[in-house]
Amino acid sequence: MNTYYKKYIPYLFLLPSFIFLTLFFFIPFFQTIFLSFQDYSNDIYNPVFAGFSNYKLLFSSQEFYTALINTFIFLILAVPILSVLPLIVAVFINQKIRGISIYKVLIYLPVVVSIVVVAIAFKWIYAQEGILNYFLELFHFRPIGWLTDTHFAMLSIAIVTIYKGIGYYMMIYLSALIGVPKELYEAADIDGASPLKKHLTVTVPHIMPVIALVVTVSSISALKVFAEIYVMTKGGPLNSTKTIVYYIYERAFENLDLSMAAAASVVLLLVILIFSIINIIFFEGKRYKL
Amino acid sequence: MMKKYIKGFSVHSFLIIMSFLSLFPFLWLISTALKGQNENIFQYPPVLIPQSPTLENFIAAWKQIPFLLYFFNSFVVAAFTVILNLIFSSLAAYPLARMNFKGKNFIFCCVLSTIMIPFQAIMLPVYLIVLKLHLVDSYGIIMGYFGLIFPFAVNAFGIFLMRQAFLTVPKEMEEAAFIDGCSIFNIWRKILLPMTAPTQAVLAIFTFIGSWGEFLWPSIVLTNKSLYTLPVGVNDLQGMFSANWRLIAAGSIISIIPIIIFFIAMQKYFVSGQSEGAVKG
Repeated sequence: MNTYYKKYIPYLFLLPSFIFLTLFFFIPFFQTIFLSFQDYSNDIYNPVFAGFSNYKLLFSSQEFYTALINTFIFLILAVPILSVLPLIVAVFINQKIRGISIYKVLIYLPVVVSIVVVAIAFKWIYAQEGILNYFLELFHFRPIGWLTDTHFAMLSIAIVTIYKGIGYYMMIYLSALIGVPKELYEAADIDGASPLKKHLTVTVPHIMPVIALVVTVSSISALKVFAEIYVMTKGGPLNSTKTIVYYIYERAFENLDLSMAAAASVVLLLVILIFSIINIIFFEGKRYKL
Repeated sequence: MMKKYIKGFSVHSFLIIMSFLSLFPFLWLISTALKGQNENIFQYPPVLIPQSPTLENFIAAWKQIPFLLYFFNSFVVAAFTVILNLIFSSLAAYPLARMNFKGKNFIFCCVLSTIMIPFQAIMLPVYLIVLKLHLVDSYGIIMGYFGLIFPFAVNAFGIFLMRQAFLTVPKEMEEAAFIDGCSIFNIWRKILLPMTAPTQAVLAIFTFIGSWGEFLWPSIVLTNKSLYTLPVGVNDLQGMFSANWRLIAAGSIISIIPIIIFFIAMQKYFVSGQSEGAVKG
């Protein structure tokens, strides 16, 4: 069985993927690192080796710090809700009640719609004289400049990301909930546990690895947030919604500052790498325990 | 018995609220788009059901924006991205699942490591490479399409998914085919591919949705409006109609009709739990 193909055959099958991954992943990856050590400021066609000076410049830039901090603020706003709320929804949906799958379809719907349309819809909801401020005034609150007030703009963006992500993470939780043994719930019922207690003592410990997965996956995608910001605020007001990816985008494609864009990209790579490694360790550790 | 009814009632109420919140942004867009010039869209209290609904905003938006062209562009890009992904992933997955060769583990690790490289961190060099290969719309429409498609023609996630699927196909089938004189390529094409069709469907659907909604990359590479995909075209609405929210809303709603139809037609793939393999950063 081992010799029914010639030696070069496996490589032939791998070749198309190899070409495309090399062109659009591996070369760009190394080039990003390379560019971050080059100085293009004098002559864009004849860069000179710059050592760590781009990084020094980057970390002395107030704007980059703002972007870095904003990204983590965004992460802290979005990730906890994105890890918990879809689980609650999934627990409600994971029951044998007639007609329950229609809810699944409706709650999943925002996932398939383009983020650009979702962002436009929310921009309209957030409008100064919009429907959200109407409800605030109804309860005697002052209207809020959801996208124009520096204190609220990032929260408003996070709400859009959460809205778009609930259905996606709900499906991940649903497929995990199917694996929880029914006997454990029956045992909890006999002990007279309340529904809340039942889920805290049975469901949560059982699907802990999946919760960890959702936390890391949603963190990684939070670090990459871009479209919502581009459509709704363009990083404003006063840089209050400027994130790392938005910073890279501006440097690279608006200011044509390749060195700074590359250095910021390497920082993004490192941060995401750390999260990915945490992901792997968390997972493997949990898998052996269960 | 009573307890069961209360439980059913509370479950339904919670899920109805969640579903309503999930639909509300779209309902509010539709409501705005249906309101005519003589109906105030900033009215207090807000009105969800228009007093005299009209299609005039949809017609005006349709006349001013080449939606059919954007649909066509999005469709071409998404369809070819799906086709290339299916072919390349299942080709690469075969030796990784079934053959023994030098460097197999190293290659597999290299492929998997790309999952950790976010596109946003490497998009600048990708753009430079695409420029160097002339895969931009200034070199013609076909090259423009290539530039939109090629960077997403294959990804580690697809290769991994197909490899997992191939591992479940019984080896005896391949052996029997080989003894019958079937070539290795035909074993792949006539045995492995048909037997992993459900996985390919899942891969195709999620790749399609991802490509259809992609915004960052097209907005970087496209300069020619006749190549705009839907997300880029819809984002453009905001500038074109400045603050005319009736038209922006109408245009946004028109733009999501195809994907909604696709979603409803394919809903069993989305909500049957087959998506667990689709975890992607």
